Amino acid sequence: MTRTMSTRRSTLRPIELLLVFAGGSAGTGSRLALSLALPQTGSLPVTILLINLSGAFALGWLLAALSARGPETGPRKKLRLLLGTGFMGGFTTYSALATDTMLLFTHGAVATGLGYGLGTVLLGALAAWCGMLLGATRHTSKEGAK
Amino acid sequence: MMPMSPMLFALVTLCGGLGAVLRYGIDAFISARTGDVLPWGTITINVSGSFALGFATGMAANAHLNEAWLLAVGTGLLGGYTTFSTATVDTLRLLQAGRPFASLANALGTLLATVLAALAGFLLSSLL
Repeated sequence: MTRTMSTRRSTLRPIELLLVFAGGSAGTGSRLALSLALPQTGSLPVTILLINLSGAFALGWLLAALSARGPETGPRKKLRLLLGTGFMGGFTTYSALATDTMLLFTHGAVATGLGYGLGTVLLGALAAWCGMLLGATRHTSKEGAK
Repeated sequence: MMPMSPMLFALVTLCGGLGAVLRYGIDAFISARTGDVLPWGTITINVSGSFALGFATGMAANAHLNEAWLLAVGTGLLGGYTTFSTATVDTLRLLQAGRPFASLANALGTLLATVLAALAGFLLSSLL
């Protein structure tokens, strides 16, 4: 960091970086394990598609469920960083989506590339929306459940 | 995909953690300096990461990068750095905020920009 240490509000605390690192490692490991267990067979990267859709659903659910429990205090922020920014951020990937779409185009599979790219974005939005609805309406009786 | 040693699996995983930390830091840096018209932090991350993965994929296709490195850098570092889930939730939040055009611009603009960035990286690698 070349900037002065006195950044206004966005100081990155070591514990937060550690949570993001731990979650991001676990998310990436899960994505890798799924990719190894379900290797791509056809021209469509179905495993990455399923990872991105389920991750969008889960992040929508998580953020809505956390904010339904009230303002972001210490523990809630830590959960968001570990599971949201870390795990779901590391589990899902945009670079693979973009590169696979680009490769479909360069291989002449224009319709498949369009369908894959636009389909992922559209279905992802629907999945995240479902997750948010479910997370927001979830009954919040389990206070302080760990 | 080649058989994977536990060491390589661990390396890819840790690279993903590093990518996530990079994303967190860069997003905080950019978000603090740009308005909330669009989520510029996430957009910058996904576009730059897609450029880098396009480049790495091209380098691997030209045999300048072996598969273990492509896994560590591509699947690990860049997979952990870029994120589809946050980009998607950003799109929905813009929609919920009553800004359908910004929402659509984020969804389609990110897809278009990342695919073009991946193509640019891929083409650049063929020049080397």
